[in-house]
Amino acid sequence: MNTRRMTALAIVALAATALTACSAGADTGAGSDVDAKQATSAEDFGGMDALVEAAKAEGQLNVIALPDTWANYGKIISAFEDKYDITVNSADPDVSSAEEITAAKNQQGQDTAPDVFDLGSAVALDNLDQFAPYQVANWDDIPEGSKEKTGLWVYDYTGLVSIGYDADAVPAPKSLDDLLGSEFAGKVALNGDPTQAGAAAAGVYLAALQSGGSADDIQPGVDFFQKLNQAGNFLPLDPTPATIASGETPVVIDWSYNNLAAATENEGQRNWKTTVLPGSAVGSYYNQAINVDAPHPAAARLWQEFIFSPEAQNLYLAAGAYPSTLAAMVEADTVDQKALDAVGEMPADLVQFTPEQTEQATSLLAEKWAAAIS
Amino acid sequence: MSASATRRSEAGSAHAGPAVSLPPTDASDASAAPAEARPRRRPRWALLGLTPFALYTLLFLAVPTFLALATGFFDGDGAFTLDNLTALAEPAVLGAFASSFWVSAVTAVAGAVIGALVCYALLAVRPDGLIRTFVDAASSVLAQFGGVMLAFAFIATIGIQGLVTVFLKDRLGVDLFADGVWLYQVPGLLLPYLYFQVPLMVITFMPAMEGLKRTWSEANATLGGTRSTYWTRIAMPILAPSFLGSLLLLFANAFSSYATAAALISQGAQIVPLQIRGALISETVLGRENLAGSLAIGMIVVMVVMMTAYSALQARTERWQR
Amino acid sequence: MSAVRDSATPSKLASRIILVVVAVVFAVPILSMVEFTLRAGIDGGHDLGHWAAILDPENSRKYRVLFQGIGNSVVLAAVTVLIVVVLLLPTMILVKLRFPKLQRVLEFVCIIPITVPAIVLVVGLAPVYSVVARLLGSAPWTLAFAYGITVLPYAYRAIAANLQSVDVGTLAEAARTLGAGWGTVLVRVLLPNLRRGVLTASVISVAVVLGEYTIASLLGRNTLQTSLVQVSKSDPFVAVAFALLALAFAFVLLFIIGRVGSIRRIRETP
Repeated sequence: MNTRRMTALAIVALAATALTACSAGADTGAGSDVDAKQATSAEDFGGMDALVEAAKAEGQLNVIALPDTWANYGKIISAFEDKYDITVNSADPDVSSAEEITAAKNQQGQDTAPDVFDLGSAVALDNLDQFAPYQVANWDDIPEGSKEKTGLWVYDYTGLVSIGYDADAVPAPKSLDDLLGSEFAGKVALNGDPTQAGAAAAGVYLAALQSGGSADDIQPGVDFFQKLNQAGNFLPLDPTPATIASGETPVVIDWSYNNLAAATENEGQRNWKTTVLPGSAVGSYYNQAINVDAPHPAAARLWQEFIFSPEAQNLYLAAGAYPSTLAAMVEADTVDQKALDAVGEMPADLVQFTPEQTEQATSLLAEKWAAAIS
Repeated sequence: MSASATRRSEAGSAHAGPAVSLPPTDASDASAAPAEARPRRRPRWALLGLTPFALYTLLFLAVPTFLALATGFFDGDGAFTLDNLTALAEPAVLGAFASSFWVSAVTAVAGAVIGALVCYALLAVRPDGLIRTFVDAASSVLAQFGGVMLAFAFIATIGIQGLVTVFLKDRLGVDLFADGVWLYQVPGLLLPYLYFQVPLMVITFMPAMEGLKRTWSEANATLGGTRSTYWTRIAMPILAPSFLGSLLLLFANAFSSYATAAALISQGAQIVPLQIRGALISETVLGRENLAGSLAIGMIVVMVVMMTAYSALQARTERWQR
Repeated sequence: MSAVRDSATPSKLASRIILVVVAVVFAVPILSMVEFTLRAGIDGGHDLGHWAAILDPENSRKYRVLFQGIGNSVVLAAVTVLIVVVLLLPTMILVKLRFPKLQRVLEFVCIIPITVPAIVLVVGLAPVYSVVARLLGSAPWTLAFAYGITVLPYAYRAIAANLQSVDVGTLAEAARTLGAGWGTVLVRVLLPNLRRGVLTASVISVAVVLGEYTIASLLGRNTLQTSLVQVSKSDPFVAVAFALLALAFAFVLLFIIGRVGSIRRIRETP
């Protein structure tokens, strides 16, 4: 008798669970969410105000891999929260572009999935089916080569590869070869492993360009780091705000906006300065994209609009990153002139690697890097 | 324990008695005598009692493990392939397995020895006293202390600008890093790993140490043995299976440790968990995610071998603890 | 008690030396972390400035995620302990009473989680969690199901060590003979005898949950450890301070539970 009752109860419980699952599945996707997911511009919502309304109704936005000190994202997120009264949940600030996509895939259908991405170009071009097309209101302000034609991905900002250093610990490096000197013993760190992180790869590209290589041949860059390692100057530790503050990584090769942010954060703790080497400069635009399965599609699109508005683009500039609408902002005089003066004009010989060059470079790195720095 | 063994056999004989309706103590009874309704019902009900746990481990352990391992057999487009498994034979990967072995073995042995010493020292302390509780609590907390914070604790201690390094350099003239910075290479993992290995050893080995019976040491004394004969001839052989078992547990713990290594070593993937990380998160070298699955298969094969040995050793230990 | 120290116990001196040396060595990294948080600035010296910043309301937005993470971790720890006590403990007792042959199997199952590294497990957990999310939502407490698995090896070991010394068979039989139902047997007869093991298991589970990072990070949940990493990106000093606080909190909790356990035992020993 007991067994039978138990089995019956179990079957009822299973059935109830199955029914709940089915009904939960049916509930999502109903209502106005359908429109938001398909919207390709603010007009589809019925104008900017309607977009803002729809986003406020959702009330939340999930972002990923946006540390507060990366290109002023802390301020950008606060500005968005204050302007639209939408809570921004910033998850996993530490993860790479590839992990952003993995997180989106892992959490598909859950309301913790990321709504928007900020990705390196290699990962962006590899995952086009994960994005939703969307054209922001000031679509024409973005130069032609800086966007995918339907808005799957759009360049948002770039920096320059720079050398950040603790002015009390080392002398100012004036050229790349200065780093090989004995004052830099055990002090020079890259922001990550070039076979894994875009910022570190860009550091190797800079070394290549400064050592007689080119965008098609980064072997001189790998050779430079091999020399650096043999001299005992290369520090294979990941620089973080903690290691900069503690003095463990006195020299960091990283994006200009990161080094500038480190200087601000460490005011009073470390005398952190940033320098961009004269000669060829390496930049790499990051890409803004919307998750095709975004749990908050209207908020995601509003975020996109916000990112390309002068307010956010000027915040990028204030951090030392060059926003993609810079030229248009200068023309329309909406640019923050003080910030532009502080950062300096975008160098004319800024080198950005094409997808083919990136692929060639990364396969060279995959082959040669580990051996070079071991 | 001989006392309870007697009790058990008494219970067994009581089972044969008439008055008490005792449940069958042997699972094999469940399959016996289909003619008897009552014994058949109880085991079945009891089996149902196992289902919640079985379902739970099925859903959250068996299925994820299977799924994770299965990715090792497919490539990025979903086609079945053995390429990922053959990639395990690459020199870089084999080197990573060798390094992982080395680090895990060294920290396991060192951690086991130091942990056993601490357990030995704790024998002189009252089991209900403050010191004992303090050590227990501290061990539990430190055994789980790992990852970014542990890495930073060691950077702050013996990093180039660390407290101890600077102290040694300024006060004693000893330069820890005269031959190069080793903290951020594989040898640098040894000290941080020991930091959680030793507490883990203390937690897992203490019950065995406590199981050493007073009667044995008294017997040893009665028969004229000294302290060293007690330890070398009585206690160590008894403790050996448990010690080796804990050693294996420490090995497994170090082998699968990932977060601390990831925080300390930024360049390259010298140990297997870092290889897995590289395959999964790289944003420059793409398309190697499935390699992570086959690397995991390699790790699990190593672990299963270790754990089988461990289970066998545990079985031997329990004989002494009854 | 005989005055002769028996050969099994080390001398008080040897014991003290070992414990003090190990304690000092283990205290040094913690002290380095404390020293780091007390640094006053570029001119050297130390002060409590960074600790005061935790309480500064201006920084509340920055630390909002930290306090959320702490709250989530506490809930997670509670639910994980619940899983251990409600799911693992009865199963272990049941196996010991009814299916002694399955004991090896249970032990093996409970040891497997240590063999599967978390980064690998997450690859397989993600699809399972997408189903769970559909049923129960994606609130942070659902992570406890994964944590219950992670905790299995340690909790099993703790309870098993206790189970070995308690004769649950006789106790259960005696209670049943006196007319108790299985519920009463479990709660009022067996559980009090297994208190030490259950306490140790709970304590270890809490420590594991508070220290777990990989699974929470890769499944996108906000816990103490993930929020620490997040805050460390913008303010390393506060992050280290919080890490120290988390360690201290866990330690104090476990210490109290340990004392309560020993005091009860002292009382109960004749």
